[in-house]
Amino acid sequence: MRDFLNALLTMGITGYVVAVVLVLTVLGYVMARNRAVRSAGGDVRALHSLPSYYGYNAAMMIAVPALGVLAIWCLAQPSMISNAISAQISEATIAQGSTRALVLSEVQRVADGLNTAVAQGAMTQDEAATLNVEQEDVRARLADVGVALGADVTRDVLVAAQSYREMSESGRNWMSIVVLALAVGGFAIGLRVAQSTFRARNMVERAVLALLMIAASLAILTTIGIVLSMVFETVNFFGLHAWKDFFFGGVWAPNFRGDSDLSILPLLWGTLYISVIALLVAVPIGLFAAIYLSEYASAGLRGFAKPLLEILAGIPTIVYGLFALLTVGPFLVSIFGRGGAGLLGVEWMSGATAVLTAGLVMGIMLIPFVSSLSDDIINAVPQAMRDGSLGLGATPSETIRQVVLPAALPGIVGAVLLAASRAIGETMIVVLGAGAIAKVSLNPLDSMTTITTRIVSQLTGDTDFASPETLVAFALGLTLFVLTLGLNVVALVIVRKYREQYE
Amino acid sequence: MSDATQGAAVPRRKLNSSLMTEDPRTKKRNAAERRFKLYGLLAIGIGLLMLTILVFNIINRGTGAFQQTFVTMNVELLESKLDKDGTRDLAKIKKVSTFGYTPIIRGAFEAKVADAGLVTQLSPKAMAGILSKSAAAQLRDFVLANPDQIGQTIEFRFLASSRVDGYLKGRVSRASIGNDKNISVDQLDFVDQLIAAGALQKRFNLNFITGADASDQRPEAAGMGVAMMGSLFMMMVVLALALPIGVAASIYLEEFAPKNLITDIIEVNISNLAAVPSIVFGILGLAVFINYMHLPMSAPLVGGLVLTLMTLPTIIISTRAALKAVPPSIRDAALGVGASKMQAVFHHVLPLAAPGILTGTIIGLAQALGETAPLLLIGMVGFIASNAPDGISSGLLDPNSAMPAQIYEWAKRADPAFYERAWGGIIILLVFLVTMNTLAVILRRRFERRW
Repeated sequence: MRDFLNALLTMGITGYVVAVVLVLTVLGYVMARNRAVRSAGGDVRALHSLPSYYGYNAAMMIAVPALGVLAIWCLAQPSMISNAISAQISEATIAQGSTRALVLSEVQRVADGLNTAVAQGAMTQDEAATLNVEQEDVRARLADVGVALGADVTRDVLVAAQSYREMSESGRNWMSIVVLALAVGGFAIGLRVAQSTFRARNMVERAVLALLMIAASLAILTTIGIVLSMVFETVNFFGLHAWKDFFFGGVWAPNFRGDSDLSILPLLWGTLYISVIALLVAVPIGLFAAIYLSEYASAGLRGFAKPLLEILAGIPTIVYGLFALLTVGPFLVSIFGRGGAGLLGVEWMSGATAVLTAGLVMGIMLIPFVSSLSDDIINAVPQAMRDGSLGLGATPSETIRQVVLPAALPGIVGAVLLAASRAIGETMIVVLGAGAIAKVSLNPLDSMTTITTRIVSQLTGDTDFASPETLVAFALGLTLFVLTLGLNVVALVIVRKYREQYE
Repeated sequence: MSDATQGAAVPRRKLNSSLMTEDPRTKKRNAAERRFKLYGLLAIGIGLLMLTILVFNIINRGTGAFQQTFVTMNVELLESKLDKDGTRDLAKIKKVSTFGYTPIIRGAFEAKVADAGLVTQLSPKAMAGILSKSAAAQLRDFVLANPDQIGQTIEFRFLASSRVDGYLKGRVSRASIGNDKNISVDQLDFVDQLIAAGALQKRFNLNFITGADASDQRPEAAGMGVAMMGSLFMMMVVLALALPIGVAASIYLEEFAPKNLITDIIEVNISNLAAVPSIVFGILGLAVFINYMHLPMSAPLVGGLVLTLMTLPTIIISTRAALKAVPPSIRDAALGVGASKMQAVFHHVLPLAAPGILTGTIIGLAQALGETAPLLLIGMVGFIASNAPDGISSGLLDPNSAMPAQIYEWAKRADPAFYERAWGGIIILLVFLVTMNTLAVILRRRFERRW
């Protein structure tokens, strides 16, 4: 508890505000409850609702608006301030080859640096607000407190940084005032309405229902967040890089000095090639396993083999990635590589990372996915169809091939599509097992790269959100999202249609 | 009947055929049947074989990380080197850097050679080369903690270097070290003598489970402990956010939502979110939490938020199944005695569905614990997670790694000694996952009610 309070207090003024609101909430609950009971003369039966509902009502009136406004304020403030600062920066400040976004991030760095300096006591609040470049070397002073800046601070940037600090400061103060006012107002109203005739339960239930609805719509919010965050950066990317090159270019060669070829085609080829190999492994094995388990296996074997196979689906993908890089890859090299020392005496494979490595391991990962989905679908085929076929003299395998599988086919196609979408979006196996060279070749022993691998490599380490080399990751992510979403929607439609058929 | 007579008029079987013996056609069909069954068995066999290979491989290559080679020696903490004035002034002792401790370690080796009667041509410097680079720092930390021990001779247990460790574990051999600068054949001979003298042996390595990651140069000192803390804090965030939000969303959708377009959209949305590749959630986290909201990079708080969004659909789907499994008669009975709809749900349906919800939550958490890809994008790799957090706020906001991210980090490093660490890390990760899943199964078996 003490640690929790410390954590709140280290968050500064926001922490204090949250702590005050929480204390008010608890206080409001107790006081409103007691007041309601008193208003009924101590006879609980005379109240409209149970006493605790009056307390809940007050607590909700205090906490929900105050904390809601706090959350929205914290979300909105950074972007509003950025916009205001961005408008302040004159065209002249933006140096040749730079952009507004770069200057803005420079401003933010200087402002953060000033904050750090004040927090460490190296500068007073006034000093930080009145500092100017003509009199002092700001960069050196910030370096003293451990804030390294790339270049000297220009006058405009410093002024912008100071007004940035000022705005966030006053924004925070206003936020505290508004939030506290809301909490106190809620406290007063909540207490006032706690009378025996007040329909507290109905109020509380209506509010709870609203909260439940908000929770449910968070899923939509997440989707919107995903789409917006990627669309914005993708638009930025297409502003810096020709869309024709992205979709039809044919060469992937990022170059951090600029002027890179960033085409999705080689990556798409690698992704699809690996996915096809994975499906070639997973679909036959998974499908036959599902057929055997649902049509032939005794209850004992089913109870033993099905959970074991499903363990494969629960293993984290990083484990498969390591398995690909350190076990399957070297094993394949010992067969197809190493020249005379290898098993086949050929020199077709040079490194452990290859399309085949990643594809095989991904296939293993997808086996339980295909088998449990197909198992459900095969089980959903009505028994009467099997009985009819067997009664006409067909053997069980003939029944399966000529009656059960055709009936289950749409569902199985759906399952395969879902597996394909998994394979396309899979990251860790290809990051570790597929390699980093973007090329288009038919040889499965070549090392190739995929969309997900490139997203990881373009977005890890130092990222500069003004260069096309970083922003291309968002375009790749959006493509990936659309691709997997499309596959999923088609698969779900197929599966749903098929289910209706037999229900 | 006419069909039957017609059929009899055109006999398909020869007259001498019998039900007791197979004719060629039946034989063919039965063979096809047996083949088909065999394919099915084969498929299951391959699946199980892969699982066995995977598990065997992990255990075989990972257990080594739990053992480490240590060198036990008596070290004389020379006063002349560490505290020239003899004042035991901590500030002065602190001025002696780790370089100042190397001669002491070399001296200890010379003493060991003399005591045990070992024969070697190695210089003291080369002898000390079989120790980890952390040995001097270990000695210095001890002296700074116990300045009164200066001048005494104390028994120390040092980590051996990763090459020596590999030699004892069979990873490094005299043939394989051809042009390795870090170890020589003479040093390996010396190692053999030390083993014979009982000064060098493999022991259980607690540091691997509790310790921090180490730099590229010292695979022998790397541990999972700090990354484990990072994972723990992320799971706390996920539990604190995903469980209440997920349960609230499920209650709304299952019990209150009217059948209309908006509800439909939400439902389709949730099932689609469950199938969005995890890396896309990483992109969302980078763009929204770090780039827009300026939350700290590499912080478990951000990791937890991203994993929360990723786990929500799983928890919602399983919670809805649990709520659906509670029979309507329970609701009807509660409503019948005058409870409001909200009371019926919160007082009766929810407690009955709790075991199912808990099971789903644990499975969702286990999934989140093993997830790596989104963590790469929010920067939980690429640095050395060296400090254990010392409180909740530093645990949530200071840069840290997570178990799967740490494993990835080790897998990327060049020194094969780190691969052993990676496999060992996987064992730890899987122990957590198996425990969580077993707990889920036990909960389900113990509390699940069939109506």
